[in-house]
Amino acid sequence: MKQFQGQTLSWDLKDGIIELALHREPLNEISSLTLGELEQFVAALDGLGGEAHALILHSTLKSGFCAGADLRELYQWIREYGQVEVATHAREYLERIHSVMNALDSSPLTTIAAVHGVTFGGGFELALTCDLLVADKMARFCFPELRLGLIPGYGGIPRLKRDLGNAVVRDLLLTGRSFNATKAQQIGLVSQVVGEGEALRAARATATQMAKFDRTTAAAAKRFIKPIPHEELRREIDIFCELISRPAVEAGLKKFVESTDAQPYLP
Amino acid sequence: METAEKTLDEILTLAAAHFKVAREKLSPDEDFFKALGIDSLQTLDLLTKLENHFRVELPDYELQGVTDFRTLAAKIQARL
Repeated sequence: MKQFQGQTLSWDLKDGIIELALHREPLNEISSLTLGELEQFVAALDGLGGEAHALILHSTLKSGFCAGADLRELYQWIREYGQVEVATHAREYLERIHSVMNALDSSPLTTIAAVHGVTFGGGFELALTCDLLVADKMARFCFPELRLGLIPGYGGIPRLKRDLGNAVVRDLLLTGRSFNATKAQQIGLVSQVVGEGEALRAARATATQMAKFDRTTAAAAKRFIKPIPHEELRREIDIFCELISRPAVEAGLKKFVESTDAQPYLP
Repeated sequence: METAEKTLDEILTLAAAHFKVAREKLSPDEDFFKALGIDSLQTLDLLTKLENHFRVELPDYELQGVTDFRTLAAKIQARL
């Protein structure tokens, strides 16, 4: 399927470049529906891959790339399943989303995340599956999960550690602070910082350059340099599921979901 | 080295331009959430604008509880 128009995302293959666009209001929160459509995309990727050399992930929403997991849905699960049973449900969900993230991470295509605005939590984790990050200068990155009593659950910690090192992970994770694109480039996370509204254009230019290279060689280079940290990813799921059953998580989610605070996105 | 007053003035000018509010309607001790009509996501936008303009890094937890332009200017001034 060269084109798809879903409720949360769409994709299109043109001139050897697949563009996966997120478009779920208000900020591409990753829900069960998003996960289902991401699974459809990954299933279609094998068929598309033969005609493509690059994949670009981006958002069509002005507010940003992705705010992460749909916390309202997560809070609803806890209320529906209870604090003990929710761990079983969360594990099934995380197994599915890890499968998607691992497929994107290990895709033989060269992958680029073109990000702007809010790139938080699960949205940051989605971007981290890509080989290159191109960031609008207004992009901000954050792992806010600790304020909810959780750790990132979509593979973010092992991937960031793989790409940058443990000290950066500790800074982001343990402070819950966000940082901008310039800082992200300084620490080696982002390969290009571009002007406002220019990330997708720059990503397309980069993807076009990649068409010049032999696909087998590019895929072999990627496999060599970008191993999937399977063991740590498994451990991340275990820790997340141990944490989610605690009353503190329900309380943190309740506070966020019911917040009328003007600063719920600030740590 | 920018003076605190110059930093404050630049913040007011930047905020007015970014959120399309008349500069003369903003005053240093005003609640910027109300004056600019912004929510937390737009506050992050403002933070990014200011970091880029002043070439500083301002951890967002330092903004917790900050609501007026003058205090915001002092936070930035401390990192220049």
